[in-house]
Amino acid sequence: MSEALLVLADGTVIRGKGIGAEGEVYGELVFTTSFSGYEETLTDPSYNGQIVLFTYTHIGNYGAWTCELESNRIWAEGVVVRDACRYPSNAKSRGKLDEFLREYGVPGMEGVDTRALTVRIREHGTVPAALVNGDPSSVDIAGLLERLARWRYETDLVREVTCNSVEVIGSGRKTVALLDCGVKMGIIRRLLRSNVTIVRFPAWTSAGEMLSWKPDGVLVSNGPGDPSVISYAIETVRELIGKVPMMGVCLGHQLIALAMGGRTYKMKFGHRGTNHPVKDLKTGRIYITLQNHGYAVDPRSIEGKGFKVRQVSLNDGTVEGLENQELMVLTTQYHPEGHPGPSDADAVFEEFIGWL
Amino acid sequence: MPKLDWIRSVLIIGSGPIVIGQAAEFDYSGSQASIALREEGVRTIVVNSNPATIQTDFEVADIVYIEPLVPEVVAEILRKERPDAILPTMGGQTGLNIAVRLHEMGVLDELGVKVIGTPVDAIRRAEDRRLFHELVRSIGERIPRSIEVGSFEEAVDAVRELGGFPVLCRASYALGGTGSGVAWNIEDLRRLVNTGLMVSMNGKVAIDEYLEGWKEYELEVVRDSADNCVSVCPMENVDPLGIHTGESIVVAPAQTLTDEEYQVLRRAAFKVVRAIGVIGACNIQFAVNPESFEYAVIEVNPRVSRSSALASKATGYPIARVAAKVALGYTLDEIRNKVVGTVTAAMEPTVDYVVVKIPRWPVDVFETMDPVIGTMMKSTGECMGIGRCFEEAYWKAELAANNPIPEGGRVLVVADPTTSDEAKYIISELKSFGFEVLLMLVEKGGTGSLEETTDGSIEWSSWRDEVDAAVALRSSGVGMVIDLRRRRRGADVTGYRLRRGAVITGIPYVTTYQGASAALRAVRWLRTERPEFRSLNELHSLAAGQRVAGLKAGSAYRNTQIEEGQIINSRAENADL
Repeated sequence: MSEALLVLADGTVIRGKGIGAEGEVYGELVFTTSFSGYEETLTDPSYNGQIVLFTYTHIGNYGAWTCELESNRIWAEGVVVRDACRYPSNAKSRGKLDEFLREYGVPGMEGVDTRALTVRIREHGTVPAALVNGDPSSVDIAGLLERLARWRYETDLVREVTCNSVEVIGSGRKTVALLDCGVKMGIIRRLLRSNVTIVRFPAWTSAGEMLSWKPDGVLVSNGPGDPSVISYAIETVRELIGKVPMMGVCLGHQLIALAMGGRTYKMKFGHRGTNHPVKDLKTGRIYITLQNHGYAVDPRSIEGKGFKVRQVSLNDGTVEGLENQELMVLTTQYHPEGHPGPSDADAVFEEFIGWL
Repeated sequence: MPKLDWIRSVLIIGSGPIVIGQAAEFDYSGSQASIALREEGVRTIVVNSNPATIQTDFEVADIVYIEPLVPEVVAEILRKERPDAILPTMGGQTGLNIAVRLHEMGVLDELGVKVIGTPVDAIRRAEDRRLFHELVRSIGERIPRSIEVGSFEEAVDAVRELGGFPVLCRASYALGGTGSGVAWNIEDLRRLVNTGLMVSMNGKVAIDEYLEGWKEYELEVVRDSADNCVSVCPMENVDPLGIHTGESIVVAPAQTLTDEEYQVLRRAAFKVVRAIGVIGACNIQFAVNPESFEYAVIEVNPRVSRSSALASKATGYPIARVAAKVALGYTLDEIRNKVVGTVTAAMEPTVDYVVVKIPRWPVDVFETMDPVIGTMMKSTGECMGIGRCFEEAYWKAELAANNPIPEGGRVLVVADPTTSDEAKYIISELKSFGFEVLLMLVEKGGTGSLEETTDGSIEWSSWRDEVDAAVALRSSGVGMVIDLRRRRRGADVTGYRLRRGAVITGIPYVTTYQGASAALRAVRWLRTERPEFRSLNELHSLAAGQRVAGLKAGSAYRNTQIEEGQIINSRAENADL
């Protein structure tokens, strides 16, 4: 078994055992609190540019390739776990976590005190980090730190995960134009269940191009990174608002807020996990939701801009959803489709589909 | 929804003396509930016949009655105290049964005393087998087929209708699986049905389809009066269906469910709990076919339970406390989770560890008790092990239950023709860890070449009693017994002598394949790792979710030895771990 190193931008170096592929990767070190759904989590394109630490200690316990993945590869740059299970138990499993990581060329490490690291991230915020799986004696730590010092969060990570060309998926009664900023397949599968045709567009598509397909509604998808630098998508969204009913999920929610003149900010350590409680202030309902975001919408920045904060996090009160009934715009910061995690908030999809 | 202001005094029904199936967990839940109600300015009255309880302390309840826990006596107390409401879901099966009786007697209506929390109709829908079956079917969920019978003759017809043996027999409204069990043949059926009819509250016994080999999972669900539901913790029974939950090793969170599978069960659980109309906490059990993932609803306990206590301690989510506040009318987001700090009860805890519960049987006290587990509960207590992986948690729990897993030495494996494949696997694993394996075949023939894979055997035919068995075990230097045979009901005299022999000599024994596999995993783990010991305060601080700091930056961890990952502080001022 190889050795692995995790080097944080502040100079902390953590040694562990290597799992998955050998290699050297860079990313923002973030933690997720889900105790199941690791395959879905790792293949979620929103994790592009991030090294994912699982707070749950026993990852890989039911094996790998057990479910439909959220994309065709692992997008997380690297993986940090306390214990990568070697003896998975589930009839659907066709491999181990270690093999799953190797298949997609992603390095990981285990044997790390993930609790101590999580406490640290919670206290000091997420941090750029490098993960090296391989021969530790050949690692130039000073060189890694130098690269980490030049790390910038404000980069466009969407370009790497969006699709390259327009694609028509399914054939249903109504047409939903999907602005793909790194869409989770779970969203596509959920829409298809409502008998719609999806036209999937690259994130840089213009509003005119999208409208030429005469969609009945637009869904702005989730995606990785800082929404404020995705100016091309913000522009497209701005032009589309009011012309067709619109739903935004995660990054899509943030892009819509920005298009309406709102502001987003980087959170200290974000929300990642399948156990985040959200309250819909309109209906009073409480949902347990899947979340994966490091940025949030500043509620003061959207005051007087026609949008209402409809949903809030019960953990920290941050904005979890906006609405504008006149313009028929509905957004969620969380993932109502779940996968992994609950689909308690499926009513949001129903509401959007009802507008089409 | 805020607190219902008409509730100024509440009577809480305790669970009485500790019996098998109702132990200290109901003192825990009743105490938590009483404290939670008093915090809201509600005067609490506790009735319990058991003086060795915390809930009968004046620090916990305002008024304490130590009186017989029978409906007539509770009715008298209600007449005298005139509380606004009763809370029956904290006192186990006793509490539920008394509430149902008080309702049927018309006492509650007569005195204008309301039942808070889960209403009587909902309790009935969950407890009455027939109503429960109809309800579960009506919402499109599967439940094992079941036929209620009032006599042995009817039971025989029922078995025919279900397609033959094996079947599961259960008595309605009975606690701890009394009078229930798997019938493999007509003799088993006669015994089980006749006992069941005697203990059943309504003179009926249910004959159920037995889903052999299916796994059992349970969810603790809390629902408020505004219909919000949370699942506190999915748990998994290591032993298959047919082993009473109180007898089974339980793992939390569930280890062998994919997220998709867990979500299917979670959705089904909410559907059932909503249809029943639970307001507060409940426990729902599922049978799952591990190959096809077909699942069926087994039962719902519309009250806090043994599993609630385990889930509370495993996650830091105080189920009984939350259920009591919900009974007062609060919605989940209005209830602060005091144990873990600032978050509300509208949350699903996460953990960064694994919990294993192992029952403790009084086999060393009762000279004739057979340490084989089944549908009837025989354990009197339980131990919980916490670890960063299943193996560590299991190892700790077995150690706590006075059944420590040996790391080497001699092991006796007992097999029969139906379990020779399992035995072959267990033996080869044991050998690979350097154990010496002795074999004992109670039924000869059909076990292939098992003998050739072992280091010797134990001869049992000359045993006259368990003392002979004990002598044989001791003289052959056996350090653990793994009994893998199935269908051990009936006249398994040799098996009985063997297991009692193990008890007498203080040798750990495992009586299921699943238990044996778990033990092997623990042995393997101990080869390279070392257990850690941490306080619940420390562990729950993370379970609480991100907002709860609980600890100052790394304070509790500063001195923690990091197991594999050594931290090198190349810049001391930044190394704050």
